[in-house]
Amino acid sequence: MTARARVLDYALLVVGLWLAWVFMFRWAGPEALSPPGATLQRVGEYLTSAQFWPHAAATGIAFAYACVIALVGGLLLGLALGTNRLAGQVGEPILSSLYSIPKITLYPVILLVFGLGVSAKVAFGALHGIFPVALFAIGALRNTSPVLIKTARVLRLAPVETARTVLLPAALPEIVTGLRIGFSATLLGTLIGELFASDQGLGFMLIRAMEAHKVLDIVALTLLLFAFAAIANGLLLVVERRVHRR
Amino acid sequence: MVRVRILQLSFVCAAIAALELLCRVGIIDRFTMIPPSEMAGALTRVIATAPWFWPDVTYTLGNLAAAIGLSVLGGFLIGVVVHAIPRLRRVLDPILTSYYAVPTFVLYPLLIVFFGIGPTSLIVLGALFGIVAMIVATVTAIDRVPRVLLKVARVSRLGAVRTALLMKLPAASPHLMTGLRLAVAYSVIGIIAGEFILSTEGIGRRVALAYNNFDNQTMYALLVLILAFAIALNAALGAFEQALHRRWYRS
Repeated sequence: MTARARVLDYALLVVGLWLAWVFMFRWAGPEALSPPGATLQRVGEYLTSAQFWPHAAATGIAFAYACVIALVGGLLLGLALGTNRLAGQVGEPILSSLYSIPKITLYPVILLVFGLGVSAKVAFGALHGIFPVALFAIGALRNTSPVLIKTARVLRLAPVETARTVLLPAALPEIVTGLRIGFSATLLGTLIGELFASDQGLGFMLIRAMEAHKVLDIVALTLLLFAFAAIANGLLLVVERRVHRR
Repeated sequence: MVRVRILQLSFVCAAIAALELLCRVGIIDRFTMIPPSEMAGALTRVIATAPWFWPDVTYTLGNLAAAIGLSVLGGFLIGVVVHAIPRLRRVLDPILTSYYAVPTFVLYPLLIVFFGIGPTSLIVLGALFGIVAMIVATVTAIDRVPRVLLKVARVSRLGAVRTALLMKLPAASPHLMTGLRLAVAYSVIGIIAGEFILSTEGIGRRVALAYNNFDNQTMYALLVLILAFAIALNAALGAFEQALHRRWYRS
């Protein structure tokens, strides 16, 4: 596919979304949705205003902590369960059921355990992200070609050496996919956490706008969050596709 | 396989027992979490005595069924159309790959304005959450139909409809099943989360109410119920999916 065709595809997508937005605005009226132009202007105001950045920073810090916990914890869990056959067979179904539960119902428990504040947000974000990371790592390690593992054994590599030089490179593409999905899930968890119990952050700004029925603010914040999540996801996708091609 | 099941069961039991012990000894205080045995007792009490229990369960399950039906059927149809038009597929690709990366729940207030507080918003929300997983799975499923089957269909001079029904659908079914499982899981999350945040009825709403009233007994009882339901549903669909995969790859 040529670069020009790709640009045209993106242009079509943007135009399509814009039209859909305009039609929705026509249908729902200004008390439900704000028009695209005014919303973009509002986004611009946010990005240049002094009140916005402390909230963005609060979300960013909580998200960063949650990400570190989810990614590192998920990888360690995945490595432990992925390299040991029995442990993997026992643990994987448990992890995948935990992944499938509606975690929002656990929110009250998190609040009771961690109290209001940053730690609850971090815990909730990490809770969302850790399972996909671990599950993808387990799957990747289990699907590593047996020949590679046998070769490592023939060469008498120590377990740590095997992990570093054989298992990780072989499993890297899938692990990166897991990290991308874990990243998005963690962001989701952190924002939900801010929505309900926080006094700062973008989620808090959003819930405050909802309570005051400021439609323009709601839509502008939504757009900002969507754009951030989509751009971050797109960048990680580029990395992922590069790793998968190798 | 039996050994794995036994180990799984004992692991889960050990985790519950550890929780019970931590609660009984008082390391986890009663305002944070009640012991698992009390959760079970509270659950039976809620089922037996709470007048809202069965109406709310029916409400939630009804909405869930509607959301699953919409997301699976709609996702399948849209997936077929998207697969048939390569241009549309390329244009939509960024949306399909980043759909679950964006926090969709921020659209809740918008849905309320569109559909009002009530079952319709919840169903739309659950369906919106599940449908993209089904679309993506359908597109991949049709992609993976082996070329040779299509050639056989052409050699046997099957028409388009019979090719689709006799060749493509059975060959695609294992991957469609994966999509179905994901769509169901996402719909459950969407419905429960929706009730939790914006509903006036339903089991998700009851959890939020119990939390607001500091009614830990009811809250943990309902949490156990929801978690058990989600896990059982996921396990059942997972087993069905594996059976389908096995049958397909053996033949």
